[in-house]
Amino acid sequence: MSSTSSEPAWPSGLIRTVPVALLVVIAGLAAWCIQLSRGLGITGLSRDVSWGLYVSQFTFFVGVAASAVMVVVPYYLHDFKAFGRLLVLGETLAIAALVVAGLFIVVDLGQPSRVLNVLLYPSPQSLMFWDMLCLGGYFAINVVLVLTALWTEKNGLATRRWVRPLAYLSIPWAVSIHTVTAFLYAGLPGRPFWETAVLAPRFLASAFCSGPSLLLLIVLLLKDKPGMDVGPDAVRALTHIIRYALGINLFLIGVEVFTALYSWLPGEVEAWRAAYLDPHGVRLWMWASAALCLIAFGALFVPAVRIERRYLALAATLVFAGVWMEKGMGFIVGGFEPSPLGHVTRYSPTFLEATISFGVWGTGALVLIAGIWLASTASAAEAA
Amino acid sequence: MSCSRRTFLVRLGGMALAGSLAPSWASGFEKRRLAMVVDLNRCRQARPGCDLCRQACHSAHNVPSIPDPAHEIKWIWDEEFQRVFPTEVHPGLPPEIATSSVPVLCNHCENPPCVRVCPTGATFVKPNGIVGMDEHRCIGCRYCMPACPYSSRSFNFVDPRPFLRTTNTDYPTRTKGVVEKCTFCEERLASGRLPACVEACPVQAMTFGDIGDPAIQQRLASSRILRRRPELGTSPYVFYIL
Repeated sequence: MSSTSSEPAWPSGLIRTVPVALLVVIAGLAAWCIQLSRGLGITGLSRDVSWGLYVSQFTFFVGVAASAVMVVVPYYLHDFKAFGRLLVLGETLAIAALVVAGLFIVVDLGQPSRVLNVLLYPSPQSLMFWDMLCLGGYFAINVVLVLTALWTEKNGLATRRWVRPLAYLSIPWAVSIHTVTAFLYAGLPGRPFWETAVLAPRFLASAFCSGPSLLLLIVLLLKDKPGMDVGPDAVRALTHIIRYALGINLFLIGVEVFTALYSWLPGEVEAWRAAYLDPHGVRLWMWASAALCLIAFGALFVPAVRIERRYLALAATLVFAGVWMEKGMGFIVGGFEPSPLGHVTRYSPTFLEATISFGVWGTGALVLIAGIWLASTASAAEAA
Repeated sequence: MSCSRRTFLVRLGGMALAGSLAPSWASGFEKRRLAMVVDLNRCRQARPGCDLCRQACHSAHNVPSIPDPAHEIKWIWDEEFQRVFPTEVHPGLPPEIATSSVPVLCNHCENPPCVRVCPTGATFVKPNGIVGMDEHRCIGCRYCMPACPYSSRSFNFVDPRPFLRTTNTDYPTRTKGVVEKCTFCEERLASGRLPACVEACPVQAMTFGDIGDPAIQQRLASSRILRRRPELGTSPYVFYIL
């Protein structure tokens, strides 16, 4: 990114969000202290629904992190130069999303002080062990890529030679983080809502539409800031990626619905019935998600929506919110319904649980803002 | 140096002697594959109202009585037959059987999914088949709970100690933030006693022992045997006589 204006490169509107984010993080920390002293009983979780908002958000944000590959692949494998200005932003978003995902695991633990037991007693038969390796490795790769890119830009140096192989490595690694996250659920016997071979492809498709939607929103938000315009080609390409991924995601959900309902296998039917029809279940999230995703998919066929910045931002918001409701809430909770003994237990996050979650999102926002700030100072230094 | 070596050898011999004098339950205990058979016909004779197995288990293991069902800890409890064995329900099944109470507990599976998914080895299979639980190693990630297809695992959402009416000082209490479950009374087996639920049953509906024991074999051979969700391949070692 290079600054073409004499105005300060740092987007001033962004800096005003920092104190707000800090306050949200402090409130989340305070709520987490209450959870630490009183236990996870302060959440809406129960014996039958033992994972809720925290683990759902972990899952969703691993997807957002993996979606950086949707910028890396066109740029490195297809020489799509228009994504050059998007690359660092995409990788920074991946880093922020990984921070969010990791923190959601920490706040979900009943005994967070014992978390290093995962390293002390490594258990390769557990998918969580592999998830830790994948996420840790992907985090390291992206931190190295972003810091190197900013450092070379700031000092006006040529791109390091090892950056390209490392970026290549990040491509299968991005796929691996979300595949392993899907395997966490898909490998459990007796959970028909999760136990499907198409889950990993579904997770990747929903990640590759929701993550780029968030990236597109950030891009549209920063467009007028000096040095932050990524250009119309990048916006158009991102929109295409979102449309294809959203279409594939909707198709895969349709495939699941057919297999479950046409086979009429009791476990499958009960699980889908509980998710979409049971008044104690997650049906509001599921139907709202379906509605938002379908509306957004239809809207993105209208040329005016793709061209007009406001409409495009609205469509991206719908995609992000739609996928969030299903993957970041309904899907994980829905997997617990009905319980192995046939009970449907209501789950809704409590105020403290939501406060902690806002704190985690706020931390991710701060990481993202710090990344954008570093990028703007690097481009300012290069321009000077 | 020779003295300390001598002491070591004496101690070793003492341990071998102690091992040979241990109660029959403890000797060769690790070589066994433990199993339980629950005779539902006998169990029904004591119904309705019998809750002695649960009471005996929960008081022996300091299982709290938490009124909020969301936060309950359950090692052994009752569920309706049609919920425990949904595939056994058919139009010819007498309604009193379909709605009868069945005691459910950890199945101590041959191939337990909970053990497979645990990221710290806090739950594990012992050589005698018991699916053990180390509440001190458990990090409270609760991955084992969706992994168990029998809902046999409970998580301490709150500090359990205020919910204990009495405390058995021979058995530890737990802290908040860890998972727990039935352990087939391994602490009682080690001192030669039967599991608390087996001992407490007034109609001797439960038989416990090695899968090769004649008493177990006789019960498994003579009647219609059910296992919970055999199609999942977990191979439960709690058997039910229909």
